[in-house]
Amino acid sequence: MEQKNNTLLIYTLLYFAFLYIPVLFLPIFSFNDANYMSFPLSGFTTEHYEEMWAKTNLHKALWASIKVGVVASVVSTTIALFAAKAFARYKFRGQNISYGAIMIPFLIPEIILAVAILVIWLSLGFKLGLVPVTLGHILFCTPFAMLILIARIEGFDFSLEEASRDLGENAWGTFYRVSLPLYLPGIIASLLLSFIISFDEFVLAFFLTGSDATLPMYMWAQMRFIQKLPHVLALGAVIIVFTTFIVLLAFWLRNLGQGKEKAEFGIKIHE
Amino acid sequence: MNDSFIQINGISKHFGNVKAVDDVSFQIKEGEFFSLLGPSGCGKTTLLRLLAGFEYPTSGNLLLDGSDITALPPDKRPTNMVFQNYAIFPHINVEKNVQFGLRKLGLTNDEIIKRVKDVLSLVKLEGYEERYSSQLSGGQRQRVALARALVRQPKVLLLDEPLGALDKKLRDEMQLELRTLQKEIGITFVFVTHDQQEAISMSDRVAVMSEGKIQQMSSPNELYKNPQNIFVSDFIGETNFLKAKTNSKDGEYINVNIEDLGSFKIKNNLNISENASDVICSVRPETMMIDREKSDWDICLEGKIKQTSYLGEMTKFYVETKEIKKIITVSSQYFDNQSFQDGKCFISINLNDISLLNKK
Repeated sequence: MEQKNNTLLIYTLLYFAFLYIPVLFLPIFSFNDANYMSFPLSGFTTEHYEEMWAKTNLHKALWASIKVGVVASVVSTTIALFAAKAFARYKFRGQNISYGAIMIPFLIPEIILAVAILVIWLSLGFKLGLVPVTLGHILFCTPFAMLILIARIEGFDFSLEEASRDLGENAWGTFYRVSLPLYLPGIIASLLLSFIISFDEFVLAFFLTGSDATLPMYMWAQMRFIQKLPHVLALGAVIIVFTTFIVLLAFWLRNLGQGKEKAEFGIKIHE
Repeated sequence: MNDSFIQINGISKHFGNVKAVDDVSFQIKEGEFFSLLGPSGCGKTTLLRLLAGFEYPTSGNLLLDGSDITALPPDKRPTNMVFQNYAIFPHINVEKNVQFGLRKLGLTNDEIIKRVKDVLSLVKLEGYEERYSSQLSGGQRQRVALARALVRQPKVLLLDEPLGALDKKLRDEMQLELRTLQKEIGITFVFVTHDQQEAISMSDRVAVMSEGKIQQMSSPNELYKNPQNIFVSDFIGETNFLKAKTNSKDGEYINVNIEDLGSFKIKNNLNISENASDVICSVRPETMMIDREKSDWDICLEGKIKQTSYLGEMTKFYVETKEIKKIITVSSQYFDNQSFQDGKCFISINLNDISLLNKK
């Protein structure tokens, strides 16, 4: 018994080491007083961070990423909310097929999606830039948003919505006073995760941005010059911390109130 | 009082090929406690949801207090519902739940406060204003659901098996309380249940439903004493069925030939005039007598007790006789069960207690 537990513990530690050691190198080297990534470390400095913050191009890229991320997460969460509600509330013909169809962008290699959007966009005579990137990100984020929202709405007691109608609220009032507050943790979780997916996305941005770089594009461009590597490392470290925080927040929100309400819905009896 | 307060005129509701409600017409009186009773899937809940506006009929129309409500959405109907699972909003407290339906009624703040206070005292929930649904017991949730519906002062209160989730003791208490409450406020109640005892004990009138149709609609007493067909007789209480063929009619009586028993003259409660039509005779267990000795009742059969079950207030016997394979009868708690140790007994029946049933 003892033996087995140790084996599992070692396996678990190795697993986390494999996941996180490469990622931990970034923050370590971002504080290292050298222009290249190699041991031994030559001294502690925050110079790379100062250097990073001084780049005005970076500010532009950050702003572009935020704009794209906000629009993409709001639009994809809205689309996904409608779809998730329909899937959870109703049984309809072709339900499985349409569910699959929504999930497919999830599985198509991103580069194919990117090339397809690029070809269509250019053949329609439009210019490259943040607009096609945003459209691509909406396409890419919607399945993620769907998964989160369906998990939240499934098991939702729809007699609550009927009760609201019965008590004199119309469809909008019901959505605003009953459905929205109860879906809200899921909606926020979906917004946050969609934003992060868009914020980190590279392939679509690589094909579809013209001159307005997003943050990952900016980082990629900087990597070509060895002397710029350290401040990219610093930027990477900041992004890792930020992303981790957002993802944890999203997961916490997703589970918020679930336990309590599950017990609530436990008394639901079907005739 | 308005005898046709709710008019249900030729209502049908089909879900695909399933006729959940099949051309039903009847009327409910103002201030009445009316129950829709039937087994699962008989259409009683669908009929209630049609009244609430959650479903729209495939055909037919609904009138409430003289106006046609067939096409009105639920929020425009003067009805309110107590849901089977209560559907208390989990994100707001009891007070806000009760206030929920008052927003659109155009009341002043003072009126709202007064109404909420009055209704909470009516359902005995004072002091629970700040609680959330998850902090309430089943019985308390039920009271919140009731308060939330009654606070709007609806013309009709619809109740969808509201006592189903409660344990037996609480259920019995709530039955009495609901009945008292209904008499006190005088609102018309339409109550859906699958529990025949519940329907009989609370209602002014009961409609027994099966397969989307009304099988019988009458007072609880009438339903028990004078069931019109096999379904109703079997669903309300317990009974013994005997196959029979009619012979000649004789005033209020009719001669019937009961299978394996012989010819008897019994009350013609169905007013049958044809000869040789197949009918079923029903005899309630509690109208029979079980004894060791032969009696001078109209019919007395010798039999053997196959099984007994002790129910506290009475004992139930399953008896086999030469003529009939299985008879169910009961005896009161004062009866000495030990006297049947060899299983031999006599079953006595009065012809007055045999009633005729339609086969369908």
